[in-house]
Amino acid sequence: MSIARNQGTLTRSIAAHAALLTWTVIALFPVFVIVINSVKSRRVIFADPLALPTAETFDLVGYQTVLAQGDFLLYFTNSMIVTMASLFFVLLFGAMAAFALSEYRFRGNLLMGLYLALGIMIPIRLGTVAILQMMVATGLVNTRTALVLVYTAQGLPLAIFILSEFMRNVSSDLKNAGRIDGLSEYTIFFRLVLPLVRPAMATVAVFTLIPIWNDLWFPLILAPGESVKTITLGSQVFIGQFVTNWNAVLAALSLAIVPVLVLYLIFSRHLIRGITAGAVK
Amino acid sequence: MATVTIRNLVKRYREAEVLHGINLDIADGEFVVLVGPSGCGKSTTLRMIAGLEDISGGEVLIGDRVVNQLEPKERNIAMVFQNYAIYPHMTIYKNISFGLRTARLPAAEKDRRIRAVAEQLELTPYLDRKPGQLSGGQRQRVAIGRAIIRDPAVFLFDEPLSNLDAQLRAQTRLEIKKLHQRLGSTIIFVTHDQVEAMTLADRIVIMRDGHIQQIGTPTEVYDHPANTFVARFIGSPSMNLLPGAVTADGGLALDGNGPIAHPAARGLAPGSRVLLGVRADDLRVQSHTGATDKAPGLQLSGRVSVVEPLGPDMLVYLDAGLDAGTQQVIAKADTRQTLRPGDEVTLTAAPETLHLFDEQSGKAVAV
Repeated sequence: MSIARNQGTLTRSIAAHAALLTWTVIALFPVFVIVINSVKSRRVIFADPLALPTAETFDLVGYQTVLAQGDFLLYFTNSMIVTMASLFFVLLFGAMAAFALSEYRFRGNLLMGLYLALGIMIPIRLGTVAILQMMVATGLVNTRTALVLVYTAQGLPLAIFILSEFMRNVSSDLKNAGRIDGLSEYTIFFRLVLPLVRPAMATVAVFTLIPIWNDLWFPLILAPGESVKTITLGSQVFIGQFVTNWNAVLAALSLAIVPVLVLYLIFSRHLIRGITAGAVK
Repeated sequence: MATVTIRNLVKRYREAEVLHGINLDIADGEFVVLVGPSGCGKSTTLRMIAGLEDISGGEVLIGDRVVNQLEPKERNIAMVFQNYAIYPHMTIYKNISFGLRTARLPAAEKDRRIRAVAEQLELTPYLDRKPGQLSGGQRQRVAIGRAIIRDPAVFLFDEPLSNLDAQLRAQTRLEIKKLHQRLGSTIIFVTHDQVEAMTLADRIVIMRDGHIQQIGTPTEVYDHPANTFVARFIGSPSMNLLPGAVTADGGLALDGNGPIAHPAARGLAPGSRVLLGVRADDLRVQSHTGATDKAPGLQLSGRVSVVEPLGPDMLVYLDAGLDAGTQQVIAKADTRQTLRPGDEVTLTAAPETLHLFDEQSGKAVAV
């Protein structure tokens, strides 16, 4: 009986792992191809795209091109500033709105919650023309501020949705104890509630961070100027209508992965806890 | 330290009224326990005193100040919650110090006070730990520490012992009582456990469905319950209530049993329906053969159905043969008596131990 059950578990375990491994391979394959080809010479990229770099085919010409272009560091900085600033505002305002929705009973609370969550379903890109007109009117075209504003708006709905669910789970006695101890609502928010929903904040941070870092659309439309280009837009200089410098494109993309990866690793410790928090308690 | 006065306190959630205008005067330094079944409004009352719930009607006064519109922090109260409500991401030291956050004191004085409170509650070895590393009883002591460090006018306890196991509950109960004796502060304590109420309170307030049923010292509510609800709620096991009627000569006849003399019955019209209350402790169990003497008071025959030994004594459940079918009666007996299920016995009770209630209203009939 127990042997049969063990075999059953083993089979299930193998099946589960097989499924997960397949998924991992599919998900990582493009990244893998980008990284290996970024260190190969141009001819080999086309002759045998899936081959690993060997001593003869190993070539850092892509990276040399990218780094030789002096602007690359600037693009990098731009991306970093835009992403971090957007992330900061999404988390701050998202958490504040979520706290208000979960903590205070006021007329229209539910409607307000639905309204704020609506943005999850409606892609912000539908409003591109209007956004561009607004930015032109306010003179924000070709500034990083324009991008930060748009990304903050884009990230807020999901942040509010996830964080308000988590904040509802923070014991109300705890907040009331704080009120009796004489804490202001701001202190309760910053000192009691925020530390307790940190895993959820990390989850939101990762979900917000990646689309912003990878975005090509809004930098292209709102901030194509040389001094405010982001890394994804900056990499496009190597893609021409007739000639594409594949070595450089692949090297630039490989480099662009690094910061997201670092940030992801920082948040991921909390991320796992955030995702499983409701499940295991 | 301060008095607490509640005048016509009403709580409404939309249309539903859950607290129907209660009145209560709490003296300075008094330990008052609000007790009742769940949903009776006791916690709501406490939270309204704390300022965590809006007051729909009436007034709450702490000292001689109406506090209806004041924020919790302006009311000079401290509260201990059922699930401790200590901050899980802070050390015990930090948790206790939070009670002093708003106090304008020099840092050294704060530190001295925190350590003194920790010493009092035997928490000194744990000051640097997080709440997760503490047992339930220790956590509750942290919550109490955070409350007492403020030296508030009134302490509010919201079922603080419910999450503790039986042994720890008794121990913590004792600590709270000692604390009250030492600090001499006004305490309002909410519980659904009548044993806690009896052991802790100077005065007990028994509530049901948003009404106060009776206010009195533990002895008063035990010896003179105002109605059948209080009679059943206070005391363990519950008081036996036997239906009967007043006879023509001013005596009392239990349904299907002989008449007995009861002084209170004389004031009632003959034929009035009543409930006769008698506590298990006041019933004597006698085996059938010995019970022939006609003593005054209650006499009731029945058959033993279940025996529950408790150690020093035992609970005997009997089916008493009354007209309206059999009725279960609980009596306490000495363990030296050998009683088995099926034994025929006689129950007797002295007349002064009997309580009389109006069957319709449930109110006690004054002796």
